[in-house]
Amino acid sequence: MRMGGSESGSDLKLMGTKLSPFSYRIEWALQLKGIHYEFVEEDLKNKSSLLLQLNPVYKKVPVLIHEQKSLSESLIILEYIDETWKHNPILPKDPLERAHARFWAKFVDEKLYEAANKALFSVGEAEQAKANESMAEALQLVEGEMMRLTKGKTLFGGDGIIGYLDIVLGWVGYWFKFGEEAAGLNITTDSTKYPAFVSWTHHFLQLPLIKNNLPTPGELLRVSRLVMLRCGKITE
Amino acid sequence: MAATTTSDVRLIGAWPSPFVMRARIALNIKSVDYEFLQEQLGSKSDLLLKSNPVHKKIPVLIHSDRPICESLVIVQYIDDVWASGPSILPSDPYDCAIARFWAAYIDDKWFPSLSGIARAQGEEAKKAAIEQVVEGLVLLEDAFLKCGKGKAFFGGDTIGYLDIALGCYLGWIRVTEKMNNMKLLDEAKTPNLVTWADKFCGDGSVKDVMPETDKLAEFAKVLMAKFRAPPPN
Repeated sequence: MRMGGSESGSDLKLMGTKLSPFSYRIEWALQLKGIHYEFVEEDLKNKSSLLLQLNPVYKKVPVLIHEQKSLSESLIILEYIDETWKHNPILPKDPLERAHARFWAKFVDEKLYEAANKALFSVGEAEQAKANESMAEALQLVEGEMMRLTKGKTLFGGDGIIGYLDIVLGWVGYWFKFGEEAAGLNITTDSTKYPAFVSWTHHFLQLPLIKNNLPTPGELLRVSRLVMLRCGKITE
Repeated sequence: MAATTTSDVRLIGAWPSPFVMRARIALNIKSVDYEFLQEQLGSKSDLLLKSNPVHKKIPVLIHSDRPICESLVIVQYIDDVWASGPSILPSDPYDCAIARFWAAYIDDKWFPSLSGIARAQGEEAKKAAIEQVVEGLVLLEDAFLKCGKGKAFFGGDTIGYLDIALGCYLGWIRVTEKMNNMKLLDEAKTPNLVTWADKFCGDGSVKDVMPETDKLAEFAKVLMAKFRAPPPN
Protein backbone atom coordinates (compact mmCIF):
# COMPACT_ATOMS: atom_id res chain seq x y z
CA MET A 1 0.00 0.00 0.00
CA ARG A 2 2.57 2.48 -1.11
CA MET A 3 1.21 5.86 -2.01
CA GLY A 4 0.73 6.24 -5.72
CA GLY A 5 1.08 9.86 -6.74
CA SER A 6 1.35 12.01 -9.77
CA GLU A 7 5.12 11.62 -9.67
CA SER A 8 6.55 8.21 -10.26
CA GLY A 9 10.06 7.75 -9.01
CA SER A 10 11.19 5.36 -11.68
CA ASP A 11 12.97 2.48 -10.14
CA LEU A 12 12.77 3.74 -6.54
CA LYS A 13 13.22 1.46 -3.54
CA LEU A 14 13.52 2.20 0.13
CA MET A 15 15.17 -0.33 2.40
CA GLY A 16 13.94 0.27 5.92
CA THR A 17 11.98 -1.04 8.86
CA LYS A 18 8.57 -0.33 10.31
CA LEU A 19 10.13 0.65 13.63
CA SER A 20 13.07 2.88 12.71
CA PRO A 21 12.41 6.63 13.00
CA PHE A 22 15.14 7.24 10.42
CA SER A 23 13.42 4.95 7.94
CA TYR A 24 10.11 6.75 8.55
CA ARG A 25 11.76 10.10 7.76
CA ILE A 26 12.25 8.93 4.20
CA GLU A 27 8.72 7.54 3.91
CA TRP A 28 7.29 10.85 5.12
CA ALA A 29 9.39 12.81 2.62
CA LEU A 30 8.51 10.58 -0.33
CA GLN A 31 4.82 10.53 0.55
CA LEU A 32 4.82 14.31 1.07
CA LYS A 33 5.99 14.64 -2.52
CA GLY A 34 3.61 11.96 -3.72
CA ILE A 35 6.40 9.76 -5.04
CA HIS A 36 5.77 6.09 -5.60
CA TYR A 37 8.35 3.72 -4.12
CA GLU A 38 8.79 0.11 -3.20
CA PHE A 39 9.38 -0.52 0.49
CA VAL A 40 11.79 -3.33 1.23
CA GLU A 41 11.57 -4.36 4.85
CA GLU A 42 14.83 -5.29 6.49
CA ASP A 43 15.25 -7.57 9.48
CA LEU A 44 17.94 -5.78 11.45
CA LYS A 45 18.75 -8.94 13.39
CA ASN A 46 19.45 -10.67 10.09
CA LYS A 47 20.60 -8.03 7.63
CA SER A 48 20.26 -8.85 3.96
CA SER A 49 23.34 -9.20 1.82
CA LEU A 50 21.94 -6.41 -0.35
CA LEU A 51 21.89 -4.01 2.60
CA LEU A 52 25.44 -4.94 3.56
CA GLN A 53 26.52 -4.50 -0.04
CA LEU A 54 24.83 -1.13 -0.50
CA ASN A 55 25.78 0.32 2.87
CA PRO A 56 29.09 -1.29 3.74
CA VAL A 57 30.26 1.68 5.81
CA TYR A 58 27.40 1.80 8.34
CA LYS A 59 25.32 -1.33 7.52
CA LYS A 60 22.16 0.55 8.50
CA VAL A 61 18.74 1.52 7.22
CA PRO A 62 17.43 3.56 5.56
CA VAL A 63 18.99 3.00 2.16
CA LEU A 64 17.40 4.62 -0.85
CA ILE A 65 17.92 3.05 -4.25
CA HIS A 66 17.03 5.33 -7.14
CA GLU A 67 17.74 4.37 -10.74
CA GLN A 68 20.11 1.71 -9.43
CA LYS A 69 22.18 4.19 -7.42
CA SER A 70 22.08 3.85 -3.66
CA LEU A 71 22.31 6.34 -0.81
CA SER A 72 22.41 6.02 2.94
CA GLU A 73 22.16 8.38 5.94
CA SER A 74 18.68 9.80 6.40
CA LEU A 75 19.56 13.51 6.45
CA ILE A 76 21.53 13.13 3.24
CA ILE A 77 18.72 11.17 1.64
CA LEU A 78 16.24 13.91 2.61
CA GLU A 79 18.32 16.56 0.84
CA TYR A 80 18.67 14.29 -2.19
CA ILE A 81 14.91 13.81 -2.37
CA ASP A 82 14.36 17.55 -2.04
CA GLU A 83 16.85 18.31 -4.82
CA THR A 84 15.53 15.62 -7.15
CA TRP A 85 11.80 16.31 -6.75
CA LYS A 86 11.44 20.02 -6.28
CA HIS A 87 7.69 20.33 -5.61
CA ASN A 88 6.44 20.43 -1.98
CA PRO A 89 9.87 21.56 -0.80
CA ILE A 90 11.18 20.26 2.49
CA LEU A 91 14.16 22.53 3.18
CA PRO A 92 13.71 26.30 3.39
CA LYS A 93 14.67 28.30 0.29
CA ASP A 94 16.50 31.10 2.05
CA PRO A 95 20.24 30.29 2.51
CA LEU A 96 20.34 31.50 6.10
CA GLU A 97 17.22 29.54 7.03
CA ARG A 98 18.70 26.49 5.32
CA ALA A 99 21.88 26.91 7.34
CA HIS A 100 19.88 27.11 10.57
CA ALA A 101 17.83 24.06 9.58
CA ARG A 102 21.01 22.06 8.87
CA PHE A 103 22.64 23.27 12.09
CA TRP A 104 19.69 22.21 14.24
CA ALA A 105 19.25 18.90 12.41
CA LYS A 106 22.86 18.11 13.26
CA PHE A 107 22.27 19.12 16.87
CA VAL A 108 19.14 16.96 17.14
CA ASP A 109 20.81 13.91 15.62
CA GLU A 110 24.06 14.29 17.51
CA LYS A 111 23.88 16.11 20.84
CA LEU A 112 20.18 15.55 21.57
CA TYR A 113 20.33 11.95 20.37
CA GLU A 114 23.37 11.21 22.53
CA ALA A 115 21.69 12.81 25.55
CA ALA A 116 18.48 10.86 24.89
CA ASN A 117 20.32 7.55 24.75
CA LYS A 118 22.20 8.31 27.94
CA ALA A 119 18.94 9.20 29.70
CA LEU A 120 17.25 6.03 28.51
CA PHE A 121 20.07 3.63 29.21
CA SER A 122 21.97 4.97 32.19
CA VAL A 123 21.99 2.78 35.26
CA GLY A 124 22.35 4.04 38.82
CA GLU A 125 20.76 7.03 40.50
CA ALA A 126 23.65 9.47 40.17
CA GLU A 127 24.24 8.63 36.53
CA GLN A 128 20.51 8.87 35.79
CA ALA A 129 20.26 12.28 37.40
CA LYS A 130 23.21 13.54 35.37
CA ALA A 131 21.80 12.04 32.16
CA ASN A 132 18.37 13.56 32.79
CA GLU A 133 19.97 16.95 33.28
CA SER A 134 21.91 16.69 29.99
CA MET A 135 18.74 15.71 28.16
CA ALA A 136 16.79 18.53 29.75
CA GLU A 137 19.53 21.02 28.80
CA ALA A 138 19.69 19.82 25.21
CA LEU A 139 15.92 19.89 24.85
CA GLN A 140 15.84 23.35 26.39
CA LEU A 141 18.17 24.57 23.66
CA VAL A 142 15.76 23.26 21.03
CA GLU A 143 12.80 24.71 22.94
CA GLY A 144 14.48 28.11 22.99
CA GLU A 145 14.84 28.13 19.22
CA MET A 146 11.43 26.83 18.27
CA MET A 147 9.57 30.14 18.08
CA ARG A 148 12.31 31.64 15.92
CA LEU A 149 12.65 28.61 13.64
CA THR A 150 8.90 28.08 13.17
CA LYS A 151 8.30 31.84 12.96
CA GLY A 152 5.35 31.29 15.24
CA LYS A 153 3.67 28.73 12.96
CA THR A 154 2.49 25.35 14.14
CA LEU A 155 5.21 23.46 12.24
CA PHE A 156 8.66 24.25 10.85
CA GLY A 157 7.33 24.17 7.29
CA GLY A 158 4.46 26.55 8.09
CA ASP A 159 0.98 26.23 9.56
CA GLY A 160 0.11 22.59 9.08
CA ILE A 161 2.97 22.25 6.58
CA ILE A 162 5.68 19.73 7.15
CA GLY A 163 9.27 20.81 6.69
CA TYR A 164 12.78 19.47 7.21
CA LEU A 165 13.02 20.06 10.95
CA ASP A 166 9.58 18.53 11.52
CA ILE A 167 10.80 15.36 9.84
CA VAL A 168 14.06 15.48 11.79
CA LEU A 169 12.44 16.04 15.20
CA GLY A 170 9.94 13.22 14.72
CA TRP A 171 11.91 10.73 16.80
CA VAL A 172 11.94 13.12 19.77
CA GLY A 173 8.22 13.79 19.59
CA TYR A 174 7.16 10.17 19.25
CA TRP A 175 9.72 7.43 19.62
CA PHE A 176 11.51 8.93 22.60
CA LYS A 177 8.20 9.29 24.44
CA PHE A 178 7.78 5.48 24.49
CA GLY A 179 11.38 4.95 25.48
CA GLU A 180 10.80 7.36 28.36
CA GLU A 181 7.67 5.57 29.42
CA ALA A 182 9.37 2.18 29.30
CA ALA A 183 12.36 3.48 31.25
CA GLY A 184 10.18 5.19 33.84
CA LEU A 185 11.29 8.71 32.92
CA ASN A 186 9.29 11.84 32.31
CA ILE A 187 11.33 14.49 30.53
CA THR A 188 9.83 15.56 27.23
CA THR A 189 6.20 15.62 28.21
CA ASP A 190 6.50 18.54 30.63
CA SER A 191 4.50 21.29 28.95
CA THR A 192 5.44 23.81 31.60
CA LYS A 193 9.13 23.41 30.76
CA TYR A 194 8.78 22.83 27.03
CA PRO A 195 5.59 24.56 25.88
CA ALA A 196 6.72 25.12 22.30
CA PHE A 197 8.01 21.58 21.93
CA VAL A 198 4.89 20.00 23.38
CA SER A 199 2.68 22.16 21.17
CA TRP A 200 4.74 21.24 18.12
CA THR A 201 4.47 17.53 18.98
CA HIS A 202 0.70 17.83 19.18
CA HIS A 203 0.44 19.44 15.74
CA PHE A 204 2.99 17.12 14.18
CA LEU A 205 1.33 13.93 15.33
CA GLN A 206 -2.08 15.13 14.15
CA LEU A 207 -1.01 15.46 10.52
CA PRO A 208 -2.58 12.66 8.47
CA LEU A 209 0.75 12.07 6.68
CA ILE A 210 2.38 11.39 10.04
CA LYS A 211 -0.55 9.80 11.89
CA ASN A 212 -0.89 7.16 9.18
CA ASN A 213 2.84 6.49 9.05
CA LEU A 214 3.93 5.62 12.54
CA PRO A 215 4.45 2.40 14.46
CA THR A 216 1.47 1.88 16.77
CA PRO A 217 1.87 3.02 20.37
CA GLY A 218 1.34 -0.56 21.51
CA GLU A 219 4.13 -1.86 19.30
CA LEU A 220 6.59 0.88 20.22
CA LEU A 221 5.94 0.52 23.92
CA ARG A 222 6.30 -3.24 23.67
CA VAL A 223 9.63 -2.99 21.86
CA SER A 224 10.86 -0.23 24.18
CA ARG A 225 10.06 -2.34 27.22
CA LEU A 226 11.86 -5.32 25.71
CA VAL A 227 14.95 -3.23 25.11
CA MET A 228 14.83 -1.85 28.65
CA LEU A 229 14.44 -5.34 30.11
CA ARG A 230 17.28 -6.69 28.01
CA CYS A 231 19.73 -4.03 29.12
CA GLY A 232 18.71 -4.30 32.75
CA LYS A 233 17.18 -0.86 32.95
CA ILE A 234 13.91 -2.25 34.27
CA THR A 235 12.94 -5.60 35.73
CA GLU A 236 9.82 -7.59 34.87
CA MET B 1 31.71 59.14 17.09
CA ALA B 2 34.44 57.69 14.89
CA ALA B 3 33.25 55.65 11.96
CA THR B 4 34.11 51.96 12.23
CA THR B 5 34.23 49.89 9.11
CA THR B 6 33.18 46.40 9.98
CA SER B 7 33.32 44.01 7.12
CA ASP B 8 29.97 42.53 6.12
CA VAL B 9 31.65 39.13 6.21
CA ARG B 10 33.60 38.15 9.29
CA LEU B 11 35.00 34.79 10.27
CA ILE B 12 35.83 33.89 13.86
CA GLY B 13 38.56 31.27 13.83
CA ALA B 14 42.13 30.25 14.48
CA TRP B 15 44.90 29.39 12.04
CA PRO B 16 45.54 25.80 13.24
CA SER B 17 41.92 24.67 13.01
CA PRO B 18 41.04 22.46 10.04
CA PHE B 19 37.38 23.37 10.51
CA VAL B 20 38.14 27.06 10.22
CA MET B 21 40.21 26.34 7.12
CA ARG B 22 37.15 24.90 5.42
CA ALA B 23 35.33 28.20 5.70
CA ARG B 24 38.38 30.15 4.52
CA ILE B 25 38.88 27.94 1.47
CA ALA B 26 35.19 28.30 0.56
CA LEU B 27 35.38 32.09 0.87
CA ASN B 28 38.54 32.10 -1.22
CA ILE B 29 36.92 29.99 -3.93
CA LYS B 30 34.17 32.60 -4.17
CA SER B 31 36.68 35.48 -3.94
CA VAL B 32 34.82 36.91 -0.96
CA ASP B 33 36.69 39.43 1.17
CA TYR B 34 36.31 38.83 4.86
CA GLU B 35 37.66 39.97 8.17
CA PHE B 36 39.42 37.17 10.03
CA LEU B 37 38.93 37.42 13.78
CA GLN B 38 41.57 35.22 15.37
CA GLU B 39 40.70 33.52 18.64
CA GLN B 40 43.43 32.92 21.19
CA LEU B 41 44.15 29.44 22.50
CA GLY B 42 42.74 28.98 25.98
CA SER B 43 40.20 31.79 25.93
CA LYS B 44 36.98 32.39 24.04
CA SER B 45 36.01 35.88 22.95
CA ASP B 46 32.68 37.42 23.95
CA LEU B 47 31.78 37.59 20.27
CA LEU B 48 32.34 33.84 19.87
CA LEU B 49 30.28 32.98 22.95
CA LYS B 50 27.51 35.29 21.79
CA SER B 51 27.58 34.01 18.19
CA ASN B 52 27.78 30.31 18.98
CA PRO B 53 26.12 29.88 22.38
CA VAL B 54 25.22 26.24 21.66
CA HIS B 55 28.69 24.85 20.94
CA LYS B 56 31.00 27.80 21.75
CA LYS B 57 33.29 26.64 18.94
CA ILE B 58 35.03 28.01 15.87
CA PRO B 59 34.50 28.60 13.02
CA VAL B 60 31.62 31.04 13.10
CA LEU B 61 30.80 32.97 9.96
CA ILE B 62 29.11 36.29 10.64
CA HIS B 63 27.38 37.60 7.52
CA SER B 64 25.57 40.91 7.82
CA ASP B 65 25.68 40.43 11.59
CA ARG B 66 24.03 37.01 11.39
CA PRO B 67 26.08 34.06 12.69
CA ILE B 68 26.32 30.69 10.99
CA CYS B 69 27.99 27.80 12.81
CA GLU B 70 29.36 24.33 12.01
CA SER B 71 32.03 24.21 9.32
CA LEU B 72 30.20 22.12 6.72
CA VAL B 73 26.99 24.11 7.26
CA ILE B 74 29.08 27.26 6.68
CA VAL B 75 30.60 25.87 3.47
CA GLN B 76 27.15 25.04 2.10
CA TYR B 77 25.89 28.47 3.13
CA ILE B 78 28.76 30.14 1.29
CA ASP B 79 27.96 28.07 -1.79
CA ASP B 80 24.27 29.02 -1.56
CA VAL B 81 24.81 32.74 -1.01
CA TRP B 82 27.62 33.43 -3.48
CA ALA B 83 25.94 31.36 -6.16
CA SER B 84 27.55 33.22 -9.07
CA GLY B 85 31.05 32.09 -8.09
CA PRO B 86 32.53 28.65 -8.90
CA SER B 87 30.31 25.88 -7.45
CA ILE B 88 31.49 24.08 -4.37
CA LEU B 89 28.84 21.37 -4.17
CA PRO B 90 28.23 19.20 -7.24
CA SER B 91 25.20 20.25 -9.27
CA ASP B 92 23.95 16.70 -9.77
CA PRO B 93 21.82 15.67 -6.76
CA TYR B 94 23.35 12.20 -6.55
CA ASP B 95 26.95 13.43 -6.79
CA CYS B 96 26.03 16.02 -4.18
CA ALA B 97 24.64 13.36 -1.86
CA ILE B 98 27.77 11.24 -2.26
CA ALA B 99 29.97 14.23 -1.45
CA ARG B 100 27.88 14.93 1.66
CA PHE B 101 28.03 11.26 2.65
CA TRP B 102 31.82 11.09 2.56
CA ALA B 103 32.20 14.48 4.24
CA ALA B 104 30.01 13.26 7.10
CA TYR B 105 31.99 9.99 7.25
CA ILE B 106 35.22 11.98 7.45
CA ASP B 107 33.97 14.01 10.40
CA ASP B 108 32.01 11.30 12.22
CA LYS B 109 34.26 8.28 11.78
CA TRP B 110 37.58 9.11 10.19
CA PHE B 111 38.66 12.23 12.11
CA PRO B 112 38.04 10.61 15.52
CA SER B 113 40.32 7.78 14.39
CA LEU B 114 43.02 10.34 13.51
CA SER B 115 42.75 11.92 16.97
CA GLY B 116 42.89 8.37 18.30
CA ILE B 117 46.54 8.09 17.30
CA ALA B 118 47.63 10.84 19.70
CA ARG B 119 45.49 9.37 22.47
CA ALA B 120 46.75 5.79 22.02
CA GLN B 121 48.86 4.53 24.89
CA GLY B 122 51.59 2.07 24.05
CA GLU B 123 52.98 0.66 20.81
CA GLU B 124 50.21 -1.87 20.19
CA ALA B 125 47.43 0.65 20.63
CA LYS B 126 49.24 3.16 18.46
CA LYS B 127 49.71 0.62 15.71
CA ALA B 128 46.02 -0.30 15.83
CA ALA B 129 45.01 3.37 15.77
CA ILE B 130 47.24 4.05 12.77
CA GLU B 131 45.82 1.05 10.93
CA GLN B 132 42.30 2.35 11.48
CA VAL B 133 43.17 5.72 9.98
CA VAL B 134 44.81 4.10 6.97
CA GLU B 135 41.78 1.84 6.44
CA GLY B 136 39.62 4.93 6.32
CA LEU B 137 41.96 6.56 3.83
CA VAL B 138 41.75 3.48 1.63
CA LEU B 139 37.96 3.90 1.60
CA LEU B 140 38.45 7.54 0.68
CA GLU B 141 40.91 6.59 -2.08
CA ASP B 142 38.12 4.51 -3.57
CA ALA B 143 35.66 7.37 -3.13
CA PHE B 144 38.14 9.68 -4.84
CA LEU B 145 38.26 7.47 -7.91
CA LYS B 146 34.46 7.28 -8.07
CA CYS B 147 33.77 10.97 -7.39
CA GLY B 148 36.65 12.53 -9.27
CA LYS B 149 36.11 10.30 -12.30
CA GLY B 150 39.75 10.50 -13.30
CA LYS B 151 40.13 14.22 -12.68
CA ALA B 152 42.45 16.03 -10.27
CA PHE B 153 40.01 16.57 -7.41
CA PHE B 154 37.03 14.93 -5.73
CA GLY B 155 35.09 17.80 -7.24
CA GLY B 156 36.47 17.20 -10.73
CA ASP B 157 38.66 19.82 -12.40
CA THR B 158 38.37 22.22 -9.47
CA ILE B 159 38.24 21.90 -5.70
CA GLY B 160 34.84 21.03 -4.32
CA TYR B 161 33.05 20.19 -1.10
CA LEU B 162 34.66 16.84 -0.47
CA ASP B 163 38.14 18.15 -1.29
CA ILE B 164 37.59 20.83 1.35
CA ALA B 165 36.14 18.35 3.84
CA LEU B 166 39.19 16.07 3.68
CA GLY B 167 41.91 18.46 2.57
CA CYS B 168 41.59 20.64 5.65
CA TYR B 169 43.07 17.78 7.68
CA LEU B 170 46.24 17.50 5.59
CA GLY B 171 48.26 19.71 7.91
CA TRP B 172 47.36 17.52 10.89
CA ILE B 173 47.92 14.35 8.87
CA ARG B 174 51.44 15.54 8.11
CA VAL B 175 52.10 16.48 11.73
CA THR B 176 50.92 13.04 12.85
CA GLU B 177 53.16 11.38 10.24
CA LYS B 178 56.12 13.44 11.39
CA MET B 179 55.58 12.85 15.11
CA ASN B 180 55.11 9.11 14.68
CA ASN B 181 57.69 8.68 11.95
CA MET B 182 55.39 6.90 9.52
CA LYS B 183 53.18 7.58 6.53
CA LEU B 184 49.40 7.76 6.69
CA LEU B 185 49.07 8.83 3.06
CA ASP B 186 51.09 6.11 1.44
CA GLU B 187 52.00 5.67 -2.25
CA ALA B 188 51.42 1.95 -1.91
CA LYS B 189 47.92 2.05 -0.44
CA THR B 190 46.53 5.44 -1.49
CA PRO B 191 48.51 6.64 -4.49
CA ASN B 192 45.75 8.85 -5.88
CA LEU B 193 45.24 10.60 -2.57
CA VAL B 194 48.98 11.28 -2.37
CA THR B 195 48.88 13.06 -5.72
CA TRP B 196 45.62 14.78 -4.79
CA ALA B 197 47.09 16.05 -1.51
CA ASP B 198 49.89 17.92 -3.27
CA LYS B 199 47.53 19.43 -5.82
CA PHE B 200 45.12 20.46 -3.06
CA CYS B 201 47.78 22.15 -0.97
CA GLY B 202 49.09 23.98 -4.02
CA ASP B 203 45.71 25.30 -5.05
CA GLY B 204 45.21 29.06 -5.05
CA SER B 205 42.30 28.90 -2.63
CA VAL B 206 44.22 26.74 -0.19
CA LYS B 207 47.90 27.60 -0.06
CA ASP B 208 47.65 30.78 2.02
CA VAL B 209 45.44 29.18 4.65
CA MET B 210 47.12 25.77 4.95
CA PRO B 211 49.49 26.02 7.91
CA GLU B 212 53.11 24.93 7.44
CA THR B 213 53.70 21.49 8.93
CA ASP B 214 56.56 22.70 11.18
CA LYS B 215 54.53 25.56 12.59
CA LEU B 216 51.61 23.20 13.21
CA ALA B 217 53.89 20.63 14.84
CA GLU B 218 55.15 23.32 17.24
CA PHE B 219 51.57 24.25 18.01
CA ALA B 220 50.70 20.59 18.58
CA LYS B 221 53.48 20.34 21.17
CA VAL B 222 52.14 23.42 22.97
CA LEU B 223 48.63 21.96 22.87
CA MET B 224 49.73 18.58 24.23
CA ALA B 225 51.80 20.17 26.98
CA LYS B 226 48.83 22.30 27.98
CA PHE B 227 46.43 19.38 28.27
CA ARG B 228 48.67 16.60 29.40
CA ALA B 229 48.36 15.83 33.11
CA PRO B 230 51.62 16.43 34.99
CA PRO B 231 53.57 13.18 35.62
CA PRO B 232 53.08 11.66 39.09
CA ASN B 233 55.83 12.51 41.53
